[in-house]
Amino acid sequence: MEVNFWDPKIETLPQQDLKALQLEKLKKVVTLVYERVPHYRKKFEKAKVKPEDIKSLEDVVRLPFTTKEDLFVDYPYGLLAVPLEEVVRLHTSSGTTGKPKALFFTKKDIDDQAELIARNLVMTGTTRGDVLQNSMTYGLFTGALVMHYGAEKLGVLVIPAGPGNTERQIELMKTFGTTCFHMTPSYALYVASVILNKGLDPRRDLRIKRAYLGAEPYTEETRKKIEDLLGIDVYNCYGLSEMGGPGVGFECVYKEGLHIWEDAFLVEIINPETGEPVKEGEIGELVLTSLNREGMPLIRYRTRDLTFFFTEPCACGRTHRRISRILGRADDMFIVRGVNIFPQQIEAVLMGIKGVAENYQIVLENYDEMIVRVEIDREFFDGRIERLLKLKEEIVEKLREAILVKPKVELLEPGTLPVSEGKAKRVIDKRTL
Amino acid sequence: MYKVEIISIFVENKPGKLEKITKLLAEAYINILGFSITDARDFGIIKFLVDKPKEAYELFKKNGFVVALNPALGIEMKDKPGGLYEVVKFISSKGINIENALVYVAESREKAYFIFEVENFEESLEKLKDNGFELLKLV
Repeated sequence: MEVNFWDPKIETLPQQDLKALQLEKLKKVVTLVYERVPHYRKKFEKAKVKPEDIKSLEDVVRLPFTTKEDLFVDYPYGLLAVPLEEVVRLHTSSGTTGKPKALFFTKKDIDDQAELIARNLVMTGTTRGDVLQNSMTYGLFTGALVMHYGAEKLGVLVIPAGPGNTERQIELMKTFGTTCFHMTPSYALYVASVILNKGLDPRRDLRIKRAYLGAEPYTEETRKKIEDLLGIDVYNCYGLSEMGGPGVGFECVYKEGLHIWEDAFLVEIINPETGEPVKEGEIGELVLTSLNREGMPLIRYRTRDLTFFFTEPCACGRTHRRISRILGRADDMFIVRGVNIFPQQIEAVLMGIKGVAENYQIVLENYDEMIVRVEIDREFFDGRIERLLKLKEEIVEKLREAILVKPKVELLEPGTLPVSEGKAKRVIDKRTL
Repeated sequence: MYKVEIISIFVENKPGKLEKITKLLAEAYINILGFSITDARDFGIIKFLVDKPKEAYELFKKNGFVVALNPALGIEMKDKPGGLYEVVKFISSKGINIENALVYVAESREKAYFIFEVENFEESLEKLKDNGFELLKLV
């Protein structure tokens, strides 16, 4: 496989040197917020920690977390670490309720993030001469603008299409020979279906080679589906406005996990309940510290996104560690008999068992009883009860191994449970205390 | 061939299921010749012997049921004490394991059949036929 680099030196910097660089930057940013941001000074004082206490990367755990709530203290300008006149850009991120999070960027912040995007694009084979159709929302949302700046920095021709108006999207692709596009996965699926319904053969009538899909979680199956429909490569990208938008995590040509640029972010994965780091390879909440930001640096920001570290080095040669695609939200976690459980762990077990269909539901009842309701696969049923009883036993056993709690399992007819698009309610907690 | 076909339907244990299933059969003018219900607490399997098994299978499938169509054997039982005993003794003497069973009383009401599923239909049929017991042929 062809592996390209934008900045080979930093992208392949040995872990040891990368860690030294991180420590140096961490010290700097911690000092910066301590001196310039009253809210951080207060938090640090409460946690009885001073910038000079950070002597190694391991000391990061002494620093308090930053949560979404912190962004609304002294709102909107309170977390700025530079005078307002240094700030050139506002982005917001819609919360589900109330005021939007307000994020500020200096000129350098924008350029730094664009640099990361340039690395990401090159990493997936995009070069000058490519035509990128940017179909994310331009505006307060970081998605489109950050990608736009990064692509221009690389020297790609950007079509600032924005989202929607599918007819026009396809016209643009045809007329200008779009070679890559940036979209949400759900919209990409829709666009692909419209392309095919129009009788176009994407492999012959269009020039698209790859797509960057992000801003909402999606499965490997969805990736494969879009790849097959259009005959392209789909790359998963992860970002959040709090950390500068898209480009925080990005897949390389091997598509096995997303590299996070560790010269720009200090990455931790923690148990969302205890705040302790999880063992390497275990699922937990992603926590990020911005190492380069000067306008509004964030220390140990709780993303609420669930992921895990890949432990093996990547075949592409980049030393920056990889995380898995986002598996869900930390808020999905529940506790049964004292054990922390994520629906994603249960899903992973179920999807590996033959005879199980896609939908499932977890019901928690009094006395910490956990019932996993599983739809069976239509094709699996052969009329014999033994086969179903065995399937049930297998599910119970494999779940017990994975989550250390022995659940009750109920087998259901397919189509009984609510469909799982995105935010289906997987866990129903009926426990009363 | 001495073969009957049995429809098996996977059902969750909830009220109205059997009603829905039998209504479908009634509306399609499919006659139930025999049936059995096996219960495994949270789910069960309902099995039917019907006069038009292929039609019934397609009907259930079309209506979203989890359904299977399996070959089964039928052996005539004598209407006297020990009638069933004679039949199962014969089956076990051939080393055949009965997976599950139901009873079919023929329309004339003069004959009754023991209908049962086995793991290997062809092999079991070979062992059972031409042994003095009358095998049922519905397909």
